[in-house]
Amino acid sequence: MASSHFQASAPSQRSHHDDSHLERSEASQAGPARLQPGAQLTLMRYLQDLPDADVPPSPVPPRYHTGRLPNSKAGDGKPRLLLMGQRRSGKSSISSVVFHKLPPSETLYLETTTRIKKESMHSFMDFQVWDFPGHLDYFDPAFDVDNIFDEIGALIWVIDAQDEYLEAIMRLNTTILNLQHSYPNINVEVFVHKVDGLSEDYKSDTFRDIIQRVQDELSDHGYENAPVSFYQTSIYDHSIFEAFSKVIQKLIPQLPTLEALLNSLCSTCHIEKAYLFDIMSKIYIATDTSPTDIGSYEVCSDYIDVVIDVGEIYGWDRPGENGHSEKVETGNNDAESLITMERKGNNFLYLREINKYLALICLMGDDSPSEKKALIDYNVGVFQDALKQVFPRTEKEIPPLQSPSA
Amino acid sequence: MNTGKRQKQRKVLLMGKSGAGKSSMRSIVFSNYVAKDVRRLGATIDVEHSNIKFMGNLMLNLWDCGGQDGFVENYLTHQRNHVFGSVAVLIFVFDIESREFQADVVSYSNIIRALEECSPGAKVFCLIHKMDLVQARLRGPLFDERVEYIRAASEGFRESVEFFATSIWDQSLYKAWTQIIYFLIPNAATIENLLQQLAEVIDARELILYERTTCLMVTHVTRGLESKNPFTDRFERISSILKTHKQSMAKHTGIPAGSANFAEMQIKTGRFMFFITRLTENTNLAASIPPSEQVFNAARVNIRLVRPKFAELDIASKPRPGIQQAFAHSAESERERERQRDSSVGGEVEYRGKGKEPVGMGEGFGG
Repeated sequence: MASSHFQASAPSQRSHHDDSHLERSEASQAGPARLQPGAQLTLMRYLQDLPDADVPPSPVPPRYHTGRLPNSKAGDGKPRLLLMGQRRSGKSSISSVVFHKLPPSETLYLETTTRIKKESMHSFMDFQVWDFPGHLDYFDPAFDVDNIFDEIGALIWVIDAQDEYLEAIMRLNTTILNLQHSYPNINVEVFVHKVDGLSEDYKSDTFRDIIQRVQDELSDHGYENAPVSFYQTSIYDHSIFEAFSKVIQKLIPQLPTLEALLNSLCSTCHIEKAYLFDIMSKIYIATDTSPTDIGSYEVCSDYIDVVIDVGEIYGWDRPGENGHSEKVETGNNDAESLITMERKGNNFLYLREINKYLALICLMGDDSPSEKKALIDYNVGVFQDALKQVFPRTEKEIPPLQSPSA
Repeated sequence: MNTGKRQKQRKVLLMGKSGAGKSSMRSIVFSNYVAKDVRRLGATIDVEHSNIKFMGNLMLNLWDCGGQDGFVENYLTHQRNHVFGSVAVLIFVFDIESREFQADVVSYSNIIRALEECSPGAKVFCLIHKMDLVQARLRGPLFDERVEYIRAASEGFRESVEFFATSIWDQSLYKAWTQIIYFLIPNAATIENLLQQLAEVIDARELILYERTTCLMVTHVTRGLESKNPFTDRFERISSILKTHKQSMAKHTGIPAGSANFAEMQIKTGRFMFFITRLTENTNLAASIPPSEQVFNAARVNIRLVRPKFAELDIASKPRPGIQQAFAHSAESERERERQRDSSVGGEVEYRGKGKEPVGMGEGFGG
């Protein structure tokens, strides 16, 4: 069995070696090209944990408000997500479920937020989540508006779809109109929340109605094509994670490169769908450009749970483990996993830890994985290398890759 | 201990007050329900039977007995012999939140008396259920108090009755059921013995044999350092993890939950390697091994080779072609069984001798 394994992979490895060059050159082309504008350089610093900027302030106006602007006053340099909306619309529930892994049923007991709650998230990219109390009027002169909105990454406005939403829309529009002069490039993300309680028809009607009202009102005030996106969310399923994924993706300047890399990986290995997940929050930071359905996201997200849980159970510190004298060939240090389904024609799942924070998860079709596993491993290794070029500074943190010698 | 190749039907009674959670429990463990789905269940009318085939010629014959007073009255009078005859295990479910705990215990001791009369050799398990409704710090003392009280009312089973605190919302349910199943398996020692040998050969840290549909552990073998694993509840946790994953796969691929089984699952990290593969018709084997590719590959080959051996333990009195076709080595196992019958030394010795045989072929990889 082992020998056939190698026979199958040996010639094909060579052919994929060429692909790897292609992939690499694409990455290196795409990499520097994407890094020109100043704002992107700024974000690169956060991604790479650089303590101090060695990049001179750029005259190019930033396209991504993901943190400290080149000449802003002292900030802590973390992209900021603002959660805003009416009272009891579900802001604190969202932040507890997504970032603190609180079971959705427990959010009933959360108390009303009375002051701005600032929380830092440490992940592949450090960012802050600010949870605002619903009743505050941010444009009260007593508030330091600049301080709040200066370094904002995205403004998330939560609307309770089960409640009367006209007032919420009115306040949202006031906020957008107030902000558009001083911060025209803020991404406004509207979460139409608690949709789990609505019937299918009513849900889409409500959703459409909200979009219509917001856009009409904005254009009445002469603000056409406002950068506002809408999502239907609920904390009782994966929709809230998916919405957050899309919000975060907008803050990643390397997204097109990541997508191109994933596309190339998918076409080389006949992968149906590939996701690059942030392991901790289970937000995906990139996927290939084929159509996404929430089902495949959920499967992948549940799969991470399985791997993490099993990893926790058996990954305990064994005494005397460090003296591995007789070990000839140890496994890859990065976790990898594969699930093959019993019935023909069903998908199988492949997971590979890319670095401390990120994992690649692929959904694959019918072809038998036992022959292709080595190939996929190799190509994912190439992908990993390319990713290191995209995020060069993370290289230090991860152990050297042991890719098969071609 | 060696009970022969006869299919063994074991009757299990599931009883308790109406609304205590008997059917919810059964649906979650045996019918792939998710915890939050059980609120759809209605009251159980009279008795619902289900048959579940387990490893090691064990057929579970589960009687879910409706708990309303009228039914219970009927069980105790007209159907007394029918219900309480030849029972292997009685599982009695107490609702921790019940307002009439005294009355529950009276009903319990009536049932215990009937059981003692009709099947004195039965085993009683008491599950103190819905523990999630009690505040975490009160759980221990309250449980102990109830156990004391119920034990006093257990008549002839006072010494042997076992208690478990359970909840459908965590793995405690699996913990209790794993113990129950383990008690019911007639040839557990044989299976363990074989597993132990297998573990030695493939140098596994731990082997867990579990049933595929319920994800309940049948038995496990732990070697060396792994016995110091700080997660002593890992078997229930793995049951729970696998069950959750199965439901997730079923939900999103549209396969019915009953058949959303994976053929193989591998997890490799720098600290351990873990894989799950099919062992017999309705059991899977999970193996945790040291992080080495050689050991991993050798273990996979050896487990494939040892399948027929375990299949034999599983086969009922009548040879069922369906089962044997499921394994490539059907002819081989047929021949072996022939030989085995000739040299019927009986029991463990025989298995030990044979157990090495299929494994030996893979020994070259083992180093």
